[in-house]
Amino acid sequence: MEVRELEKVAKQVRRDIIIMTNKAGAGHPGGSLSCTDALVALYFDVMKGVDPADDKNPNRDRFVLSKGHAAPALYGTLCERGFFGREEFDKFRQLHGILQGHPDIKKCPGVDASTGSLGQGISIAVGMALGAKHTGNPCHVYTMIGDGESDEGLVWEASMAAAHYKLDNLTVILDHNGMQIDGTNDQVMSLGDVWAKFQAFGYDMIEVKDGNDMQQVLDALRAPACPGKPRFILLQTLKGKGVSFMEGQVGWHGKAPNNEQAAQALKELED
Amino acid sequence: MSSNIKAIPTGEKESVRVAYGKALVKLGEKNEKVVVLDADLAQATMTNAFQKAFPARHYDCGIAEANMVDIAAGMSTMGLIPFCSTFAVFAGRSYDQIRNGVCYPKFNVKFGFSHAGITLGEDGGSHQAIEDLALMRVLPNMTVFAPSDANECYQCVEAAAEIDGPVYIRTARLASPVYEARPFEVGKGQVIKEGKDCVIFTCGIMLEHTLEAVQRLQEQGVDAALVHFHTIKPFDKELALAWALKTGHVFTVEEHSVIGGLGDAVADAICGKGAFTFQKIGIDDVFGQSGKPADLLKEYGLDGESIASKILAK
Repeated sequence: MEVRELEKVAKQVRRDIIIMTNKAGAGHPGGSLSCTDALVALYFDVMKGVDPADDKNPNRDRFVLSKGHAAPALYGTLCERGFFGREEFDKFRQLHGILQGHPDIKKCPGVDASTGSLGQGISIAVGMALGAKHTGNPCHVYTMIGDGESDEGLVWEASMAAAHYKLDNLTVILDHNGMQIDGTNDQVMSLGDVWAKFQAFGYDMIEVKDGNDMQQVLDALRAPACPGKPRFILLQTLKGKGVSFMEGQVGWHGKAPNNEQAAQALKELED
Repeated sequence: MSSNIKAIPTGEKESVRVAYGKALVKLGEKNEKVVVLDADLAQATMTNAFQKAFPARHYDCGIAEANMVDIAAGMSTMGLIPFCSTFAVFAGRSYDQIRNGVCYPKFNVKFGFSHAGITLGEDGGSHQAIEDLALMRVLPNMTVFAPSDANECYQCVEAAAEIDGPVYIRTARLASPVYEARPFEVGKGQVIKEGKDCVIFTCGIMLEHTLEAVQRLQEQGVDAALVHFHTIKPFDKELALAWALKTGHVFTVEEHSVIGGLGDAVADAICGKGAFTFQKIGIDDVFGQSGKPADLLKEYGLDGESIASKILAK
């Protein structure tokens, strides 16, 4: 897909995020807006076999949103990709809705794993990639983790295993917006040299200087796999990207915009 | 003992964990989807037999139980049937993964967790799981087995592979009597001995010790019924209630905390449905300690003699 078209979709997904969280009066807009561009690139360009009419095709590429609280970004992307209609946004986080507070494989079409308990998604993705190798399934497994999530020991257990099993059919994407619920990463639990740490665990590394630049994101995701090594893409992103009053603000991690704020955000996100 | 006992010893002894390892090999021969995951304990969980038979289908995940469980979750989405093996005490360590990674999405992952209960022995209280049945019972979508002996362990492993969803199999380290295989149906209890004065409900390797207790009671003129449950969940509520009503005096015996295990499953089944006396016999809300298994059973009141005297005292 053309970069300009992908950028248009990403803008629509950002509007979806605002609409969803505003209607629900809850959700996580900040970390959804920071990872939107990568999700759109994956579902509209990079991933093979993505088909709303056949969402259980065994050979499809998989995506696991390990930072499951960014569900609004995933739901917006899946909706624009045709997995369900926009009317589902009304029932985001509501009784009997398919769009649960965190992604639910049992309820939402297109979701490949139930996530939200941080650290688990990357570990499940490692299992998927290992299982694909075991069964000769040609699919590629993508997972997105958060930087706050990387406080969890399981992220590192999974990373050790990904290198040990030589999972070159696995791509781990870090949405590095530098913030988590209680403050910046450095205030809460410093990640230190995050590049060096993940590299030391045995990944083939790519850094994306602007993880909210579609061309840069695409270049990284389209790069050929490195035989025998799992891929790690460090996306330097901006929390709340696209909405001026949310950008770089810790407070918008898990807070929904009210009607007035939503209206302003949607105006800023017009085509 | 009298011939109306439906647990017939073969004369052999084998620990249930050893049987688990052998059962996996048998299953692996029949079903190529079966893979086995360990957390650096294949020598202890006895899955090294499977590792030897099918090296390409055995994954040692290192000393990282939580990661092992989620790796198994991911593998199951590729059509495989992973059996995770470690010590039962690490059910706690990997609990969030069992809950959210496997049970919540109802993934097809099996857990063969060994060295359960105080009969683990010398390693001590830090390693003696007295809470695993409670932890597993409370999870939606989970099936929970506690086989009595080697033959029943084979049946549980085979049944686990047939079930589409998570299954927990609790096994013990201690070598215990092997009984002739009994007819096995998931979710159905087994009447081991009929009796009219009281009923003893049991599970797992406590079958051996409750059988001894029943004999001792008989010698004292008490005709106790004995019902064994290899399946703790789904629980055979009808059978439990029927025997509670028939005898009026209910005892549960398990190598587990009296909180949350078999005793509570029985209580759920019979509470408010009749007039009974009810007593749970198990680990009385304390941790275990190092010692020889037989000494520990005596210390915590779970040997045949202690069980019989607790019942007689009622």
